[in-house]
Amino acid sequence: MSAPAANLTNRSAAPLIRPKTSKDDRIMLGFILVICLYLLITLALPLYAMLSKSFSTFAFDLSNFEFQVDAGDGWSEPLSAETLNQRLNKFSPAELATSSDGRLGVVDLFPDFSFRSPTMYRIRQVNLKSSFLFGSERVADTDWHEYSSNDFRRIVLRPSASIGLENYRTYFSTPSLFHSIENSLWIATLSTIITVSLAFGFAYALSRSTMRFKGIFRLIAMIPILVPSLLPGIALVYLFGNQGMIKGLLLGESIYGPIGIVIGSVFFTFPHALIIIATALAISDARLYEAAIALRASRWKTFWTVTLPGARYGLISAAFVVFNLVITDFGLPKVIGGGYNMLAVDIYKQVIGQQNFEMGAVVSVVLLIPALFAFTIDRIVQKKQVAQLSARSVPYEAKPHRQFDWICLIYCSLVAIFIVGLIAVCQYAALIKFWPYNLSLSLANYNFEVMDGGGWDSYINSIQLGLYTAVAGTLVVFIGAYMVEKINGFATTRSAFQFLAMMPMAIPGMVLGLAYIFFFNDPANPLNSIYATMGILVICTVTHFYTVSHLTAVTALKQMDREFEAVSASLKQPFYRLFSRVTVPVCLPAILDISIYLFVNAMTTVSAVIFLYSPDTALASVAVLNMDDAGDIAPAAAMGMMIFYTNVGARLIHQFVSRNLVRRTQAWRVA
Amino acid sequence: MLKRMIKKSSLAACVAAVSMLAMSQSVLAVDLTVYTAVEAEDLARYAETFNKDHPDINIKWVRDSTGIVTAKLLAEKNNPQADVVWGLAATSLLLLKSEGMLEPYKPRGVEKLDKKFVDKGAVPTWVGMDAWVAAVCYNTVEAAKHNLEPPKTWSDLLKPMYKGHLIMPNPNSSGTGFLDVSSWLQMFGKKQGGWDFMDRLHKNIARYTHSGSKPCKLAAAGEIPIGISFAFRGAKSKAQGAPIEIIVPAEGVGWDMEATAIIAGTDKLEAAKKLVDWSITRKANEMYNTGYAVVAMPGVARPVEHFPDNLLEKMIKNDFEWAANNRKAILAEWLRRYDSKSEAK
Repeated sequence: MSAPAANLTNRSAAPLIRPKTSKDDRIMLGFILVICLYLLITLALPLYAMLSKSFSTFAFDLSNFEFQVDAGDGWSEPLSAETLNQRLNKFSPAELATSSDGRLGVVDLFPDFSFRSPTMYRIRQVNLKSSFLFGSERVADTDWHEYSSNDFRRIVLRPSASIGLENYRTYFSTPSLFHSIENSLWIATLSTIITVSLAFGFAYALSRSTMRFKGIFRLIAMIPILVPSLLPGIALVYLFGNQGMIKGLLLGESIYGPIGIVIGSVFFTFPHALIIIATALAISDARLYEAAIALRASRWKTFWTVTLPGARYGLISAAFVVFNLVITDFGLPKVIGGGYNMLAVDIYKQVIGQQNFEMGAVVSVVLLIPALFAFTIDRIVQKKQVAQLSARSVPYEAKPHRQFDWICLIYCSLVAIFIVGLIAVCQYAALIKFWPYNLSLSLANYNFEVMDGGGWDSYINSIQLGLYTAVAGTLVVFIGAYMVEKINGFATTRSAFQFLAMMPMAIPGMVLGLAYIFFFNDPANPLNSIYATMGILVICTVTHFYTVSHLTAVTALKQMDREFEAVSASLKQPFYRLFSRVTVPVCLPAILDISIYLFVNAMTTVSAVIFLYSPDTALASVAVLNMDDAGDIAPAAAMGMMIFYTNVGARLIHQFVSRNLVRRTQAWRVA
Repeated sequence: MLKRMIKKSSLAACVAAVSMLAMSQSVLAVDLTVYTAVEAEDLARYAETFNKDHPDINIKWVRDSTGIVTAKLLAEKNNPQADVVWGLAATSLLLLKSEGMLEPYKPRGVEKLDKKFVDKGAVPTWVGMDAWVAAVCYNTVEAAKHNLEPPKTWSDLLKPMYKGHLIMPNPNSSGTGFLDVSSWLQMFGKKQGGWDFMDRLHKNIARYTHSGSKPCKLAAAGEIPIGISFAFRGAKSKAQGAPIEIIVPAEGVGWDMEATAIIAGTDKLEAAKKLVDWSITRKANEMYNTGYAVVAMPGVARPVEHFPDNLLEKMIKNDFEWAANNRKAILAEWLRRYDSKSEAK
């Protein structure tokens, strides 16, 4: 589905004659502004809220606490904790920086403290910006409080909030945190190289050979799109875990760690790379190959001088898409990463494990950087691409070559076995009663009601989310794309809209989800009421997958000549009549593609919704993760396979509906 | 397709209307929003037993794992959605207490409970239900394959023969993991001894999991011979037929409790008090005893199948206040020692 990305670059040149803005244009502008506003509220503002959260710091403000001591000779003069600290040089400013749940014992500031001594202590706060705890009792006033030495050791100070860069300083001085950057970059790079090479070979075989079963190979290669990214992780546990079926193949290495993450990443990113590379290889000019043959270039030389350069933009684009998918993925490293820390998992650990939202926001900002970087480079490269296919091109047609076709067939079969194998292992695991001690078949693992994760309700919820997202998302995306493509004038608004529509692709799901907590869970936010409802999940999913849907719609709309608008205007027909009578029917295949894309992704997404689901709106994909987390691995595989079959079903319905509708509405295409 | 959608949404509207009608019939009952981390399969039973005595209070459960419920409550600090928390780790409730989020209330009959299970404040802010005790799950089949002997103590686990055969939860993402770490610090020395023990244990650990029940389930599935987890989980896996023994190390074991508290600022205080009063009755304690071998009211607990019988005497004297106030420092130190190298183990 990322294929349309390749087509974005050749933006249609602005029409030569620009009519004055009409009433239609103003209405269209209204639509654009509404959808702009939607993207602002669901994307820009939450990200801003997250960014500001990452600057919200907590530190112990020692100047705010004052002490008096009575060692039997009356109360001493009040001394602030700051003064005491300066005298002793006990805590450095870095040690005083903390998080929202920081606590600091006070007895360290009194070198001759003994809890057995009869000394009495008093503490008070200068203002109400901080508080202290007696045991776990919170004290937040400015009165003097008196304690015996035995009680005084139970006093801990709480931090006060301010704004600054301390969180970032803490992040980069904590090795266990910033090492994840290196790990994430390394895993993403390695997976990208492997996936792109494998996908290139596969696409090459599909387009340059005359091997059999091409249709089946194409279908199989798309399977990973239909399952959550963590499902291959579960399959790998069954294959290579300590009780794994073929664990000997790893030669004693552990699957929990980089090896598992890379294998799983190759699995789930393979179709994304394949679509892009296959598109790039498909548009090749046979005349170049004829020239190569005429010049007696070897097959090998032709490959390096014709095939590869022709596909280079596709390869670069595929590399960045894969890199982005791997570095932002959260489910797979969580399931099979073992002790190997990655950025996306760190966000989860900070937020769910330690309730340290500020540090979660910092890691999110860090994760945003490589993702934005990859995205920007990809955009620049795309702009450089020039049309390869001119009107005089002759499409390349592969000629039979016995030996080469056999090699291609064997290669594609191996890849297909890898993909189908992992899925089959999951299905097998889901049906086994108690691996590895009781291998009889049973449906017990489908009894989701007795497991963590939300039971069968979560499956129903996921289907609902998929349908709502498909309907609402397609409406918003297609109307937005139509208005922005067909409006006259308003160049600034249009480019602002295009920019907003491209943004979601660069935002990792984890980051978007966390940003939604900060933005929508704020009681001061008038949209607070949608928090913890199905609504926020739909909005989040639509926004998360906005870009590719938008590009699909734009590509389809570009194929329609602007003359339609001109004719309709000269016939004094309002634009909405043209829209409903002509544009929508003509673009129907693209519209259906957008909705199936949104449905499938809503079924499989984990990263964006993991922070947003509520007990009433638990989702199947999250249930897979939670059941695996609790150690119920077989039921997790079972639920994962339910998602797979549902998506296969949805695809079949989609195909059936498209074929019928296309036959009715698109007769002109065939003719 | 579109028509089908419209049909579906009008159906949904009908369902909504009907369910609203149904709700208005029970308008006399009070709805209490109760946050909990109790196992999903127990919730219906708890509500049903409670409703036998208080049919006028409807419990609306909001359930998730301990970490997520705590994160949720903290995130909603300025805009609380919960009325009562029933069945959340005491460590978490201490965190909420220090944020001033809990309403102090002395439930009727609180003096009948074991003192360990009641908050030490002048007016308690939370009361315990049952204990949730650390234990070691030991897979006899896998252990035999590797010629392992069953460990009797925590120190046994330091023996070289267990290298790579141990798994435990990461305290940074699991409450059970923190419970283990804080108990070792309390038993072996908060400054030095506890960390020495963990330094050596770390060498034997195959990897750390994100959840507390996973080590035991992995041991039950033979993925690893020994999982450091909690007794309740072990008993359940054993009941399902897994070849595991539940070992209670001789030095003593860490524990936490599930506890109940009222969220400050609730506008349903009367109903909330009724629920908390009921939650410490004998009947309620008998109800907790179905799954948990140690409950708050002394003399109530009957032995639970597959649970080790010396559990109560092996529970350490746990200083929850110390654990809560030092949690952040302990976790930071743990990270520094065992998580800074991210080598694949």
